[in-house]
Amino acid sequence: MNTTMLVCREVTELVTDYVEGRLTRWDRLRFQLHIGMCRHCREYLRQMKTTQHLLGAMPPQPPPPDVEAELLRRFKDWKRA
Amino acid sequence: MRSVATAEEDLIARLKAGDEEAFRDLLARHHDHLLHFARTFVKSPATAEEVVQETWLAVLKGLDAFEGRSSLKSWIYAIVANRARTRAVRDGRTLLFSEMSNQGDDDALAVDPSRFNASGYWDQPPRPWDDLSPERLAASSQIRSRLATALEELPETQRAVVVLRDVEGCSSDEACNILGISETNQRVLLHRGRSRLRRLLEPLMGTGRSER
Repeated sequence: MNTTMLVCREVTELVTDYVEGRLTRWDRLRFQLHIGMCRHCREYLRQMKTTQHLLGAMPPQPPPPDVEAELLRRFKDWKRA
Repeated sequence: MRSVATAEEDLIARLKAGDEEAFRDLLARHHDHLLHFARTFVKSPATAEEVVQETWLAVLKGLDAFEGRSSLKSWIYAIVANRARTRAVRDGRTLLFSEMSNQGDDDALAVDPSRFNASGYWDQPPRPWDDLSPERLAASSQIRSRLATALEELPETQRAVVVLRDVEGCSSDEACNILGISETNQRVLLHRGRSRLRRLLEPLMGTGRSER
């Protein structure tokens, strides 16, 4: 068991494992201990989560009109078949 | 609020009944993301476009027999992954999935090491991002277009995982099944992809702008 404190550089490499719930209980504790004390790493964690949320909020882009029209035509044919 | 499962069952029923609006919604929701994803395997945008169109036709062909054992989204992505792989092999371009996590190793660290001091603590810490909700941030056209470009700039394998996990909201198991990679491999790629995207967004998001 590694009993040393995490440094910021290590936190930035463990952040995805933390968010994904893949750290061991002990490493999770070390991570939370560091985050509790370091506002810069708290900000870093927040930015990683914001990046993730922004990706999930990307608005849908319909296909170009000609492609959409062709696919809708195929959809109608498929229903008739 | 209806559960996700019920909403999906409704959508599948409407598609099977030939509801054009349901198909139009499905196209709008996934077409563009499927293109990003297909580019993991095939190089040219035109080929990716062909692969995605073939995928939609395959979806129509298989829809009546689709039993919902996986999610609809996961089924569509499995089809596009298979088709894009086949096409890549035909074009003499194969992506070795065993080497997926090694791709982009020159840039494998989450943060530029020069931002830390010799002991590993922040020397140039991240500047706080503007305190906007993700929804408001997503509505900003500058950030939206930067994010789309940044996604294109990711190494292919990282992009594939980020599109599945964060853009489409697939679970880790679904992403591993679609790509045929291990959970560890998937997590390494997700970490590198997200870290790189954060870095690419950083110049746009700092409070430096609002303080000026």
